[in-house]
Amino acid sequence: MTSTALKNSTLRRTALYVVLIAGALIMVFPFVWTVVTSITPGATLTTTPKIIPDDPSLAPYFELFDRVPFARVIMNSLLIAGVSTILQVVTSAMAAYVFARLPFPGRGAIFVVYLATMMIPFQVLIVPLFAEMKTLGLINTYWGAILPTIASAFGVFLLRQAMSTVPYDLDQAATLDGAGHFRIFFQIMLPLIRPALATLTVFAFLNTWNSFLWPLIILRDPLMQTLPVALSSLQGQFSTQWDVLMAGSVISIIPMFALYVFAQRYIVQGVAGTGLK
Amino acid sequence: MSTITLRAAAAEASVSAPPPAAARRKPPKGKRLKYALTIAVFLLPSLIPLVMFVLGPMVSAAWTSLHSWNLIGPMQWIGLDNYIFLLTDPATHQAFLHTVYYIVGYLPLVYVGGLALALALNTALKGRAFLRGVYFLPVITSWVVVALVWRWLLNPSTGVVNSVLAWFGIEGPGWWADPAWAMPSIILASAWKDLGFVMVLLLAGLQAINPDLYEAAELDGAGWWRRLFSITLPMLSPSTFFVIVLSLINGFQVFDQVYVMTGGGPNNASQVVVQQVYDLTFRYGQAGMASALSWLLFFVILIVTLIQFYGQRRWVNYD
Repeated sequence: MTSTALKNSTLRRTALYVVLIAGALIMVFPFVWTVVTSITPGATLTTTPKIIPDDPSLAPYFELFDRVPFARVIMNSLLIAGVSTILQVVTSAMAAYVFARLPFPGRGAIFVVYLATMMIPFQVLIVPLFAEMKTLGLINTYWGAILPTIASAFGVFLLRQAMSTVPYDLDQAATLDGAGHFRIFFQIMLPLIRPALATLTVFAFLNTWNSFLWPLIILRDPLMQTLPVALSSLQGQFSTQWDVLMAGSVISIIPMFALYVFAQRYIVQGVAGTGLK
Repeated sequence: MSTITLRAAAAEASVSAPPPAAARRKPPKGKRLKYALTIAVFLLPSLIPLVMFVLGPMVSAAWTSLHSWNLIGPMQWIGLDNYIFLLTDPATHQAFLHTVYYIVGYLPLVYVGGLALALALNTALKGRAFLRGVYFLPVITSWVVVALVWRWLLNPSTGVVNSVLAWFGIEGPGWWADPAWAMPSIILASAWKDLGFVMVLLLAGLQAINPDLYEAAELDGAGWWRRLFSITLPMLSPSTFFVIVLSLINGFQVFDQVYVMTGGGPNNASQVVVQQVYDLTFRYGQAGMASALSWLLFFVILIVTLIQFYGQRRWVNYD
């Protein structure tokens, strides 16, 4: 490489870094501001925020837990999102196995129905679903919040695509060894599609953790509320106490962030495994 | 984003794997029963909730759409009147127009931005994983939080964006408080939030491109732009197709950000279809009308999606 070419590529690299870092700052800035505001007692909408607060303290967090049953709210959110995620991943993986490996007449039609359900705006279902929950006596219960999230067309599709890439030779070898479908499913399929499982786990948790409309409607009792619902009602109560509001926001981001950091390396791989190219 | 799917219909044709030879012979009756049981055990845990909590309510909504119903009193059969009313109602036209406005503004922003990011973060850079994580951060954050923050950033009088614009002597607009700027505010916040998701989808596509193609092109003396247009974009077309299908499905259903940022206002300037469904149900108690509007939306999404699948043959490259 000539020295001008080398200089050129170093220059280009530096320019790329500058642009990428500037973009990253735009991405991160709102989060930094959220954290900073949450440790600036007395912050309101109109005070000019400072990146380094004069007198940082955790008082807004204490106030939050003082005024709202926030520990309970966090527990509600963890419980609902956790159970819902586990059920989504388990049922999707099992159904995906049928669509990838167990042919029967009418299977294609059922798969198309699964896909079509993704085009339904959830808002369509709210009224009939609410009526159904009332009949089942599930208003204001965890199950009322969890049940409608279990059947995941997205999950079935994602995992089916991943399973389709597993070579048939593996199943056949296992069948010759006397393994049934349950053993093939648990011992061959699941370990081989781990990136897709991790991806689904993150997205399933993400969706239920951040879900707003359905929990807002089905969980009426403040003691049953989930984080986003509690946050939005905090907005009403504490519209002037921006510090308390932001403390709640920070708490709502942390578990998602931890899960993402943990699963990050799988995600690109998992999406690539959908046969999406 | 719950919608990674439609690509499946296309995949269905190409991926359908052959059943193993052993399965093709007709097995004895006992074995067939066992096979049917196996299918039931695997499929029903997902299929039963799907029927009970998705398909059932959907059919029920279709039935409701043929009635006049205020959520409390008895339903009254009115046939297709809801649909006829909606199709001729200017409010419906407006809601669809606003929704299309949202999609037309949002899609180019996230696609071009996501592509640029994916290209940059697919090169061997130090700190690449960290930067990917940073750009993905908004994706994992709830709309309630994002909307709070963006309403503050875009606050017409005290917000950061207008303060920065003021340094350059530009008088910032009224953003979400101004009917002309409400939709651009929502588009901006949505693009900011979804950029990382589109980036991940496109990164997965980029990583599947055979590196030999680039080597050959480089030997032929093709420059960066030439390689982008002759190799990257054609080879990336399945992912691009996927992003567009997904963004259109989700775009037609845009709701959370509208609900929390503007509530459809000011002066209905950002009233989108699903917000209209919500208002009809919970503000005006017209559940029948709301159900009819949701079914109309479903049909529009279905038709738009089918057109895309039909059109993909012309530009999507699957080899």
